[in-house]
Amino acid sequence: MIPEIGHFALVLAFAVSICLAVFPLYGYLTSQDGFCATAKPLALMQGLALAVAFGVLMYGFLAHDFSVKYVADNSNLDLPWHFRMSAVWGAHEGSLLLWALILAFWGVAVALFSRGIPDHMSALVLSVMGMISVGFLAFMLFTSNPFVRILPFAPGNGADLNPLLQDPGLIFHPPMLYMGYVGLSVAFAFAMASLISGQLDATWARWSRPWTTVAWAFLTLGIALGSWWAYYELGWGGWWFWDPVENASLIPWLVATALMHSLAVTEKRGLFRSWTLLLAIAAFSLSLLGTFLVRSGVLTSVHAFANDPERGVFILGFLVIVIGGSLTLYALRAGKVSEPGEFGWISRESFLLFNNLVLTVMAVSVLLGTLYPLLVDAVGGGKVSVGPPFFNAVFVPLTAILISGMAFGPLAKWRQSDDPKLYRPLIITLIVSVLVGLGWPSLLAGSYSISTAIGVTMALWLAIATVVDFKKKVGLYGGLTTTLARVEKGMIGMWFAHFGLAVMILGVVMVENHTEHRDLRMGVGDAQRLGNYNVRMTDLAVINGPNYVADQATFEIYEDDQLFKTVTPQKRRYDASGMVMTEASIDSGLMRDLYIAMGEPLGDGDWAVRLSVKPFVDWIWAGAFLMGLGGFISIMDRRYRQKLEVKKDEASGEEAPA
Amino acid sequence: MNRLMVWLPLCIFAILVGFFFKGLSLNPNEQPSALIGQPFPVFGLTDLMTGERLTREQLPRQPYLLNVWASWCITCQVEHPYLTQLSKQMPVVGLNYKDTETAAKNWLAKLGDPYALQIFDPTGRLGLDLGVAGAPETFLVDSKGVIHLRIQGEVNDRVYAKKIQPVLETIQ
Repeated sequence: MIPEIGHFALVLAFAVSICLAVFPLYGYLTSQDGFCATAKPLALMQGLALAVAFGVLMYGFLAHDFSVKYVADNSNLDLPWHFRMSAVWGAHEGSLLLWALILAFWGVAVALFSRGIPDHMSALVLSVMGMISVGFLAFMLFTSNPFVRILPFAPGNGADLNPLLQDPGLIFHPPMLYMGYVGLSVAFAFAMASLISGQLDATWARWSRPWTTVAWAFLTLGIALGSWWAYYELGWGGWWFWDPVENASLIPWLVATALMHSLAVTEKRGLFRSWTLLLAIAAFSLSLLGTFLVRSGVLTSVHAFANDPERGVFILGFLVIVIGGSLTLYALRAGKVSEPGEFGWISRESFLLFNNLVLTVMAVSVLLGTLYPLLVDAVGGGKVSVGPPFFNAVFVPLTAILISGMAFGPLAKWRQSDDPKLYRPLIITLIVSVLVGLGWPSLLAGSYSISTAIGVTMALWLAIATVVDFKKKVGLYGGLTTTLARVEKGMIGMWFAHFGLAVMILGVVMVENHTEHRDLRMGVGDAQRLGNYNVRMTDLAVINGPNYVADQATFEIYEDDQLFKTVTPQKRRYDASGMVMTEASIDSGLMRDLYIAMGEPLGDGDWAVRLSVKPFVDWIWAGAFLMGLGGFISIMDRRYRQKLEVKKDEASGEEAPA
Repeated sequence: MNRLMVWLPLCIFAILVGFFFKGLSLNPNEQPSALIGQPFPVFGLTDLMTGERLTREQLPRQPYLLNVWASWCITCQVEHPYLTQLSKQMPVVGLNYKDTETAAKNWLAKLGDPYALQIFDPTGRLGLDLGVAGAPETFLVDSKGVIHLRIQGEVNDRVYAKKIQPVLETIQ
């Protein structure tokens, strides 16, 4: 009975989303305020209905209701409760439900926090979001319903959640990532609303800026969490694999980064209007494309969990309607956008435009690299794969170019900024960075590498340039506290994000060039020297977990002949699925991670063992965290709240007589 | 922006859609096998059920399917009823791949044994010679012992109608 309540709530949400897609748009087109006013209550209702559906599915998992097929396929009596909760989004149907729930959540947020925006505008925005919702809910109800039941003979136990996903990383990674992906729908909806209404000035940019920034911040954290999870769970010790699905999240991230910067120009200076509109459409379209690539099975990937061509056709049709429709509207309207104002060859605008182009080239390269195997196969060229060499060859030089733009840009002024005095601090910073960068490999990396020297130089240059910009502002405002209180929060956010990128690049450069790695055959009593460490296997045992059996090795790690730590990596075999998983042992540190993972048993009690020392690897995620934090700081800005409060008064003033 | 330039994104998207539509009917996981048109590799293993020695010479003298399976493979369980049904039309030879004897025998006792022969390959040596990437995989072999088709993943009526039947008609 309870699953039917969830099913009913899902159908209800579908009906509400149709109303939300139709009524406010109809109201706008026929100038009937009554229809426009339905947008907010409908958005709230849709959110509530989906929350009920989601809650019911979660209850099914917690209560072991194996009569629900989705629960039976993805849970087990032995599965711990916290993994039963995250199992809700552990496979295709449930992750779609999470997607729809988050879309509805963003709709609710727009309905609640858009008091400063004219009603007809927020009605159009919510209507566009309703249209997206219709597509997703129809997809779920017609091809991937999570509430399908196995009746009358429900299985006594479930098939278990994919062991790869039985990890705390899965609890947070998909919701964060979806918050980002789906959050970009808000910027998309604002762009569409302004195209529909023909109000193509800079106002839509001001309204959609905080939404874009917060979605970007979630996307950043979501991708970082995914990368961190892959690092410690997949057992290869890598942090980024250029897997199609990773790329599917990176492409919208790059475009969203470009969009954030382009929105700043459009808001402040009224420039790049049609370019910004296109980026807003592209960012969300590429998120949808990512969903298509993951769900339709057109590309091989570790994430592809629903290789069903019928579903693929449905998503493709949906993509054609959403992306094709929005690009058609864009083509019809954006040609008429005027671009008032001019800017000098050297100005903040030109630096932002430059970085926008670099980010776009990056996004297009990743997209081409990801789709190339598909394109070649489609024209009968056979099976090819595009690997890290291509992506690295494209990304490394483009990142270097991007960083020089990031060093100059914040120091430049709007309109015209060709006074060389402005950029003088950068020369000194560059000299310092080059000196430290050249010395770095011999001091901290153990072996000399020219690519490390260049990479560290770039990272340091960006970090110091960011600090210089910060110090300049402190000088202008006279004191640290006044600066922090009075400067735009977006500026503080930018410092965090740019500094975070520098931290991340330092981590990437060190890990890629100076990882010490050994694949060994080890048995009890064997020892191996690795850097300053001596690693000795002291024990092998069989451990019984709640839903798995593990071979567990005990390693003692000695640093300079002092016992420094004992770790126990495992090789687990999960009972229900028989899948074998590697649990690596990682000793994390500021300067290095020590990574020990068990490979295959080699007979005679020996095991293949992977030992790695990964310098500065945690800086990658620390940097990404700083970037995400920067995004959240930006939206704290008083401007967004103030506008809200003022408009709230206006709104209540209007409502009072009624 | 130029009046014509604004149509460019839509055109690019339209081309991509064409490729995606084509891509839906292609399987990215399908690997072309180097063994198509080649004779079945030489091997010397035992029969799982009887324990007798098996070589290439004991394989059927008529077109048959060689099904690579293991008790640890979930999809093998899924395709098992279909293979059982198929075994009434043509011989199905089992290749028990990287498995243990007890687990494999229990599995067959539980789900039924439609196999004409059961090659026991616990170390995966024959699997390696066949280029097996994982279980299940199914090979179509003709009466002269030449391999004609390799299918990765589940065999069901759709796969049979689309892939196996057309090839089977040409070799019969």
